[in-house]
Amino acid sequence: MQVEQLEILDFLRARPPFADLPEEALQRLAGAIDVRYYKAGERIVDFGEPAAFWHLVRSGAVEVYRRNGTLYNRLTAGGYFGEFGLLRYGRVRFPATALEDSLLYLVPGEVFGALFEQYESFADYVEVEDRTRLRQVMSRREESNDLLSATVDTLVGRAAVTLPSTASAREVAQRMSAEGVSSLLILDDNPEVPGLPQLAGIVTDRDLRTRLVAPGLSYDTPAAEIMSRGVVAVNHNQLVFEAMLAMLRHNVHHLPVLKNQRPLGVIALSDIIRYESRNSLFVVGSIFRQQSVDELAAQVPEVRACFARMVGEDASSHMVGSAMAAIGRSFKQRLLELAETELGPPPVPYCFLALGSMARQEQLIVTDQDNALVLDNRFDPARHDAYFKALAAFVSDGLARCGYSYCTGGVMATNARWRQPLQVWERTFSDWIERPTPESLLNAGIFFDLDGVWGRTEWADRLRELIARKAKGNARFLACMARNALLRTPPLGFFKDFVVESDGRHTRAINIKRRGTAPLADLVRVHALAIGSMSINSFERLKDIIDAAILPLGRGQDLYDALEFISMVRARHQAESLAVGEEPDNGIDPEKLSEFERKSLRDAFLILGNAQKFLKYRYQPGRAN
Amino acid sequence: MLHLGDLKGAPPGSRGRSRAAEAVPDWPARLAELAAAARDPRLRAFYAAGAVAGDTALKDVPMVALDVETTGLDPARDEIVSIGLVPMRARCIRSSASRYWVVRPRAELNPESVTIHAITHAQVEAAPDFGAIIDELLPALAGQVVVVHCREIERAFLDLALKARIGEGLEFPVIDTMELEARLHRRPPPGFFSRLFGRKPAPVSIRLADSRERYGLPRYRAHHALTDALATAELLQAQLAHRFAPETPLRQLWC
Repeated sequence: MQVEQLEILDFLRARPPFADLPEEALQRLAGAIDVRYYKAGERIVDFGEPAAFWHLVRSGAVEVYRRNGTLYNRLTAGGYFGEFGLLRYGRVRFPATALEDSLLYLVPGEVFGALFEQYESFADYVEVEDRTRLRQVMSRREESNDLLSATVDTLVGRAAVTLPSTASAREVAQRMSAEGVSSLLILDDNPEVPGLPQLAGIVTDRDLRTRLVAPGLSYDTPAAEIMSRGVVAVNHNQLVFEAMLAMLRHNVHHLPVLKNQRPLGVIALSDIIRYESRNSLFVVGSIFRQQSVDELAAQVPEVRACFARMVGEDASSHMVGSAMAAIGRSFKQRLLELAETELGPPPVPYCFLALGSMARQEQLIVTDQDNALVLDNRFDPARHDAYFKALAAFVSDGLARCGYSYCTGGVMATNARWRQPLQVWERTFSDWIERPTPESLLNAGIFFDLDGVWGRTEWADRLRELIARKAKGNARFLACMARNALLRTPPLGFFKDFVVESDGRHTRAINIKRRGTAPLADLVRVHALAIGSMSINSFERLKDIIDAAILPLGRGQDLYDALEFISMVRARHQAESLAVGEEPDNGIDPEKLSEFERKSLRDAFLILGNAQKFLKYRYQPGRAN
Repeated sequence: MLHLGDLKGAPPGSRGRSRAAEAVPDWPARLAELAAAARDPRLRAFYAAGAVAGDTALKDVPMVALDVETTGLDPARDEIVSIGLVPMRARCIRSSASRYWVVRPRAELNPESVTIHAITHAQVEAAPDFGAIIDELLPALAGQVVVVHCREIERAFLDLALKARIGEGLEFPVIDTMELEARLHRRPPPGFFSRLFGRKPAPVSIRLADSRERYGLPRYRAHHALTDALATAELLQAQLAHRFAPETPLRQLWC
């Protein structure tokens, strides 16, 4: 006969893995539980003994260990252990000891097994592998967001309207009016493949206004003379979100969509706006309309609102980071335009570089400015440096006013050391790779994530190529970078209201950037350098790393999920600070995390910790990669 | 259970009464004696199941935690309304094998006690008389050492309930978790200076909830017979874990 043990039932009913179970299943479970008391210090299960029970902590605290004796987890009321042994091995895999006097509920193995079989939500929650659980969390998030899953061809409403480049401006305008479109693609014959015309350019309403009517050209002017060349296009199977990024990055409002190199259609800003919290696109647009540093600085509340809104709408951290990077990039570009207006045109060509998290597109709302100047090789300090010094100061001061604080490490173009001709940069980077020193390794961690923002951006590409080429085969450099990437470690997880370190110590709060996103980016960078990846963003680097198959199967995806989750916790934390009028930062108070966040963060930290071990193993000095 | 002190009129001097004050019988012999004398076959079977010997190690003793809820504290006037049983051993509480009965008292439920144990008139109306559960209750207790918190209540109410139905009373060996707590916190005779200055040491509560709290056990809602039986079982486990080796002979605890 089964009777209702009310206290057991009530305890279960209030907790996540059980709360979703139907009442009858709950009652069956409560009725099957036996109870056992353990004194502090008493061993609960030993490694290798037959796994008979799934253990629930009713009160007290329990420590779970790995076989080698290192702490695996620390649990309080509501925590559970023993599922690994029951589901996979039949024997206890993680020994456990009572840390405090503890009361444990013992769920017989077959009762646990039946619940696991029958109730998917329960199984998901207590899933055997931490990484699997995180994957499920992340894929549910991805499904819930259209921007991440929809491809651009779903936005193409009609076939592309095209004309050959020999058509006149009048023909272009007539055709656009007849078709009711705001842009028209110009196609040229491809000399190499006769049947496949090439996309030569695009003409928009605005082009007709600014390039034809305003200068007073004849309506018979060939389309080739008024079209925009070097058209930014997207492939039909790219994500809507990527199309949005392309628009942000290039500040264009029309994107041709290609399929097998043929134009399929054009998507306009307005098509995407239906999908996106339109803020970020408009913030970028408005940045370019501002006429002074004061006006730019006045945009800061808009930027913060946009950030908070994206986070609130459950955008992925990749999307938020990209949007924030596009905004940061626009600030720099507009500041450089303003600087050139004030200081006159540059004496020699230059390229303004964004470095670090800004280049990786992983910055959120709290970020400092890491930047540098690449100058033409004809640069003569005596004649030209005064200009570039002033230019750097203008931008740097302007950025500081727009919310990007000065870099405390002095990694800014205002520092003469980081204002060098291209050939000096090439020499410096080669030197860092071939003869690493403690200082140069730290610099490599910042400078090797570089992105050309303004001017001769092809120089930035050239520098990235050089880094990818030289670092790839250099086992010693990679070993040094790997060692540096292990300096910052994740915590073990949370216990009560504390952060638990791997050695069991407690700390009050963690800096989620220093302990989470930064070591992850460091780790990803080392793998990316090892395979010669040219990507800058950590998510894109991870895709390259997964393609290169240098990680054990599935671990690349795990890292992807871990980075996404930690980044989102960080983003949410900052958005919440903004919402209550506090200055956002990276300090996370475990008390403010939900039970779900604690669990998932712990999973993510575990993945990071394991990935660090693998990094250490893979790039040990002397090992051929 | 109705804790002594919860209601006015608790039997004077019952709190923390020393075990030595009452002679602890040699339980196997006592039960054999009772088995020979019992007239009711159910009672005779119960006594015949006997008890483990007093020198049995605690870890080998079959036990059952018991709690009764009653209409009041006076066994002569008040009656049982529910009984909870949880079988256990020193190391494991078999709450999955728990038993629970609601029984109908012969007198009306008084409103005061309804508010305490939350058993309503409707539940009681549908319940059987205590006489109808004797068939199930006695076998569940047979051969076991009964674990209670405050043995006077459980013993007196069960004894009188049985007498009223079959004309014979009930005796059984118990481990009393309240008595085990009282051993720890029993007040020493006041010393000279205390007497001189009239100082009294702060009293330590040996009520179930307070005792549990000292062992870090969670707070449960009181006054449900099954919950209180489980709470008592857990308290005994904690007491054993902290104070008695598994090899300790039963006779040091029972009464």
